Amino acid sequence: MSSTTFSPPQTEHANAWAVIAKTFLLAFLVCLGIIVLYPLFWMALSGFKSNSQIFNQPFSFPDNWSLDNYVAAWNQGVSTFLTSSLLVTIASTICTIFISAWTAFGLTRTKMPGKPLVIMFVLGGMMLSPTVAVIPLVRMLQSLGLYNTHWALIILYTAFRVPFTTFLIRAYMLELPRDLDEAAMMDGATEGQIFRKIMLPLCQPIIVSCVILHILFSWNEYLFAMIFTSDVSVQTLPVGLTSLMAKHGTNYAQVFAAMTISALPIVIIFFVMQRYFIRGLTEGIGK
Amino acid sequence: MTPFPENIESGALGYGAATRGLPEAESTFHFYMGKILSLRWALLALIVVGWFVYFPIIDNFRVSTTNQDIFTGELTNVGFANYTRLFHDPVVWQALWNNCLYAILSIVFQVFGAFMVAALIEGLGSVRWRNFWRAIYFVPSAISTTVTGLLFYFIYQPDLGLLDGALKFLGLEQLSIPWLGNEHTAIYAIIAMSQWQGFGYSTLLFTIAIQKIPKELYDAAIMDGAGPLRRLFKITLPMTREMTGLMTIVTITGAFQVFNEVMVMTAGGPNNSSQVLGTWLYQQGFIQNDFGYGAAIAVVIFVVTMICGAAQLWYTKSRRVQS
Repeated sequence: MSSTTFSPPQTEHANAWAVIAKTFLLAFLVCLGIIVLYPLFWMALSGFKSNSQIFNQPFSFPDNWSLDNYVAAWNQGVSTFLTSSLLVTIASTICTIFISAWTAFGLTRTKMPGKPLVIMFVLGGMMLSPTVAVIPLVRMLQSLGLYNTHWALIILYTAFRVPFTTFLIRAYMLELPRDLDEAAMMDGATEGQIFRKIMLPLCQPIIVSCVILHILFSWNEYLFAMIFTSDVSVQTLPVGLTSLMAKHGTNYAQVFAAMTISALPIVIIFFVMQRYFIRGLTEGIGK
Repeated sequence: MTPFPENIESGALGYGAATRGLPEAESTFHFYMGKILSLRWALLALIVVGWFVYFPIIDNFRVSTTNQDIFTGELTNVGFANYTRLFHDPVVWQALWNNCLYAILSIVFQVFGAFMVAALIEGLGSVRWRNFWRAIYFVPSAISTTVTGLLFYFIYQPDLGLLDGALKFLGLEQLSIPWLGNEHTAIYAIIAMSQWQGFGYSTLLFTIAIQKIPKELYDAAIMDGAGPLRRLFKITLPMTREMTGLMTIVTITGAFQVFNEVMVMTAGGPNNSSQVLGTWLYQQGFIQNDFGYGAAIAVVIFVVTMICGAAQLWYTKSRRVQS
């Protein structure tokens, strides 16, 4: 598989130029790659260094590869933040996926009345930005007694992601052939059975994509997490990092270690599940 | 508009049932019950989205016409006073300008820059290499903006930062300034971080759009003797125009919702020079406890994002009609 945009020209003379151009462009890609990755490596490496080494030799490798800073950061609260993040992410993922899959199923496979209205209402939620809702939400969550709890984040992450997730799953269900569920209907299967036994398994690829996109969102979300949680015990990683920074801001090495710990899970998920990740992203914007 | 087709359908059925007698009427009842019961599939979504997305956003308009006394908690209706204040608040204009700057620079780097990089990746390597490049460039997009914001906060630090180290290495010491501490550079430093983080995301989407272009077009162009640049501008660019348009709208929407990186890196400072609408809303609503004014700022964000949303809807609709 050679190139599309820069395929080999015919003449010798042009060939030389093509090689030069290609080398130059490849060098550009490499430089860009270094610019993208080096700060991240620097972050992870600085987590191994001592404070004085961070100041005096910012570019060098750590003197000794001790995990002390990582352990210290972990004990300084990162473990609590991580637990909160895990809890909120897992719970909101499950809620979002189920609610969205039900809605998408109802919209594509049942005789639900007023479908266009439901579509407009639910998918229209995609256009509304969380920032705009923040102030009324404060009082609302306070009166519900949800302020400063994990529930606040679980509910909000679900509510604000159901529209997008429904959009993705619905689009996928629309493309699925109807033979199977029609056959099942003939055999007397109920809607619930068709959903569980036929549609869910068929939708597995898009559901995996949705799960990953939702994890990416809720793991990294900052605005809601910052405004609706105030205790260290309920703060998720992004907010926890800033409070760690405020408290131990001068202990750079530990902050770097904490940052690395919070970035690592999502980077690993990205590399392992790249295929699903990319599907979700492209379906999301391209349809 | 929607219930009408349903009504027509049900009217016809009701008529049929009435003429054919009682057992049919019973099954009509079942038919309706079945229809209404199937609403249960969407019930949770309707409740959750209506309660926690629509209601607060509508309520925000009401809040924006009130002022709350911090001490007594008493609400007074002030009409459009918050909006008048908004109009005369120099920081709002500064923030709006910063959001626009964010949008403009993001379009340059994350739409056109990313398009060029995607075309390069698609043109240069083998399948394996292009997957490699786009994965590498995407990595920062997967990481939380809090982490990347803090990371660049350190990178921009005058004494320990990577940037000054790199500038020294290049012999450009006169350029080493406190990037985030300077009124003229703070917002640019933040935007630069955002481009670093975000261009890989759009590059990835562009590579996929480019892959969908039929290869025959390029083969024909090569036969006609078109060079690489000509092919880029005559084939790749027009064939990915839809993606470019969509990415532009998405980028603008994103630029007006910026919050996280500014909050983490400067919190709007120094001297409000890097304030964006989101952070000014937070500052006014939650630090000054002026909910009414904060809500008025939120309305500005709402209007801009709604315009972008409508543009996106219109864009995808018109595109679908064409194809």
